[in-house]
Amino acid sequence: MAIRLFAPGRRWSVAVAGAAVIGMALAGCGGATKSSTDSGGSGGAAAQGTANPNGQVKKGLKIAFLPKQTNNTYFTTLDSGGKKAVEAGGGVFKEVGTSSATDTAGQVSYVNTLTQQGMNAIVLSAQDPNALCTSLKQAMSAKVSVVTYDSDTNPDCRQAFINQASSESIGRSEVQLLGKELNYTGDIAVLSAAQTATNQNTWIGFMQQELKDPKYAKMKLVKVVYGNDDAQMSFQQTQGLLQSDPNLKGIIAPTTVGIKAAAQYLDGSQYKGKVQLTGLGDPNDMRQYVKDGTVTAFELWDEVKLGELAGYTAAALASGIITGAKGETFTAGDLGKYTVGDKGEVILGDPTVFNAQNIDQYNF
Amino acid sequence: MSAAIQETVQPAPVRPSESKRFVERILRVRELALLVVLAVLIVGTELDDHRFLSQQGIKDLLLNAAILVIVATGEATVVITRNVDLSVGSTLGIAAFAAGDYLSGGGNPLVAVLISVLLGAALGLVNGTLVSFGRVPSLVVTLGTLYIIRGVDSIWIGSRSIVASNLPHNFVQVGHGGPFILPYLAIIGVVVLVLVGLFLRSYRSGRELYAIGSSPEAARLAGVATRKRITAAYLFCGALAGLGGALYLARFGNVDSGTGGSYELTVVSAVVVGGVAFTGGSGSVYGAALGAVLLTTINSVLPGLGVNSSWEQAIDGFLLLAAIAVDRLVAVRVANVLRRRNVRHG
Repeated sequence: MAIRLFAPGRRWSVAVAGAAVIGMALAGCGGATKSSTDSGGSGGAAAQGTANPNGQVKKGLKIAFLPKQTNNTYFTTLDSGGKKAVEAGGGVFKEVGTSSATDTAGQVSYVNTLTQQGMNAIVLSAQDPNALCTSLKQAMSAKVSVVTYDSDTNPDCRQAFINQASSESIGRSEVQLLGKELNYTGDIAVLSAAQTATNQNTWIGFMQQELKDPKYAKMKLVKVVYGNDDAQMSFQQTQGLLQSDPNLKGIIAPTTVGIKAAAQYLDGSQYKGKVQLTGLGDPNDMRQYVKDGTVTAFELWDEVKLGELAGYTAAALASGIITGAKGETFTAGDLGKYTVGDKGEVILGDPTVFNAQNIDQYNF
Repeated sequence: MSAAIQETVQPAPVRPSESKRFVERILRVRELALLVVLAVLIVGTELDDHRFLSQQGIKDLLLNAAILVIVATGEATVVITRNVDLSVGSTLGIAAFAAGDYLSGGGNPLVAVLISVLLGAALGLVNGTLVSFGRVPSLVVTLGTLYIIRGVDSIWIGSRSIVASNLPHNFVQVGHGGPFILPYLAIIGVVVLVLVGLFLRSYRSGRELYAIGSSPEAARLAGVATRKRITAAYLFCGALAGLGGALYLARFGNVDSGTGGSYELTVVSAVVVGGVAFTGGSGSVYGAALGAVLLTTINSVLPGLGVNSSWEQAIDGFLLLAAIAVDRLVAVRVANVLRRRNVRHG
């Protein structure tokens, strides 16, 4: 998952990597026999024929979800949405994946195996933007539709990417949310995940741009710290922030692990209610803190809907309704009509803001 | 280090008490040095930032250290016997989830702590039995159980997680509350530490742990029930890791299948920095506790000073090497001094 870079289970990488090497060797043998190699050229996106926008979703499609990590609450919720969408279209849903979020070799072997099993579509959260390309291209040349969700590969290695929300709207809306809570005055800081997390850094970049707006003249981003998505480290980083800056009025934690750690610390400290906290969080994790006043509001995309949209997009691709080219439209069940954007991106929408009024309507 | 000392001391016919006092003094100096480093660190930070020792600041320091102190105390008793327990992180994780799972079903907090401790003790018993009766190197055995426990943990927990809202309010309150600036967690930590310290210092079975660590063969020949003692040390270490798990749950209110991952490395670092030698038979739980406090204090100070978090691990590593270097240096010195004395007296 994109926002929990250092997710649970990475201690397993050693054991799993060992298994993966064997798995890869096996899968590699099978894969080599049908290697018609690269599906070639620019934008593997539009590789498969022409779109038939008036077509129907085929029945009995076999669609496999390959999350970045199994046993991860976020992906379990996402894939429950995917299952719902696939089965609503009369397809067969399947979920496989590695238990470590950094086991790229394992993910490659899963892609190869799914291709050999004759899946109609693979929905994937990529652990690495490049490493999976060869096997994904093989999959597409074997007429398997490839959709990425949560975390993308290079655009020419898949047909469509389901983006939870544009990075720009995530970054900017968090600053807007905090600005409103603070009446646009005071020092603020960011508690991020890992220093190397691309998505975090992109969001932080947009936060800084949003802060250039004159209405934030009295708000200053004083520090960005990294809690590595570890409860203890996020605790200590939050302590450090509060200790080193007496004028700190707000913290943005654009990571679901970071925000709940920071909330738990604030809840048990003298800063509760005095320092505002917002960011990206799971409603189930944050419910208590919203109700006891530690947190006023936070946001996240609707995880179930993100999974659903991925499922519907995969079915539409596998049925030939779309090919992943810009401007194509399709109906994603009861989510409504969606249009494929630049580089095959389909954007779910703006993030949902959760507060005391609406949080009980969400369960994930 | 004291293995070397023992060899030179035992055949010496003269005044063992004097040599012993000398060695004890050296060891005390070792702990004193840690205290000085800790004091310099805290005073220095306070001078730079006056809110470091505010009420909240002190509370945070104590809270950050408490759990590590408890688990490191358990680890130290195992390391003293010339063994190691690498499965403490996994044990802490699974015990924390067991307590959380029970509590989210509306259980009693005290029973939850008991569940954690018993689960930890059971896992420790497995480790101890494998190490002492299987005669397999403890590093390998506990590396194995580290992965096995983590695997069982992942299968059992799956993608579930326990968050603070699942837990009874009074249980979470214990995680950060306490009279004035003294958090409950720190009180529990000090009580555990003092009890274990007394046991290791003044009780026959406690002294036997040192004897085993100094020379397992000699201890066995002297009639020490080595297997039983080693098994007991592991059982105890597991129980404390389990207790640590329950307290982790109370403090962070946030447990999933990854909880406690890599924690064993922090624990072992604390023990070694605290002067409990890996060669067994030397060091004290007070040293290990000081090591734990030093490590967590550094990790609290650095963010406060605005040092990039990537530096923390490097600094921890440096500290570890420095501690080992000092130990080695002291060991060589002590051995030399003792040898010279023996020659003089002999």
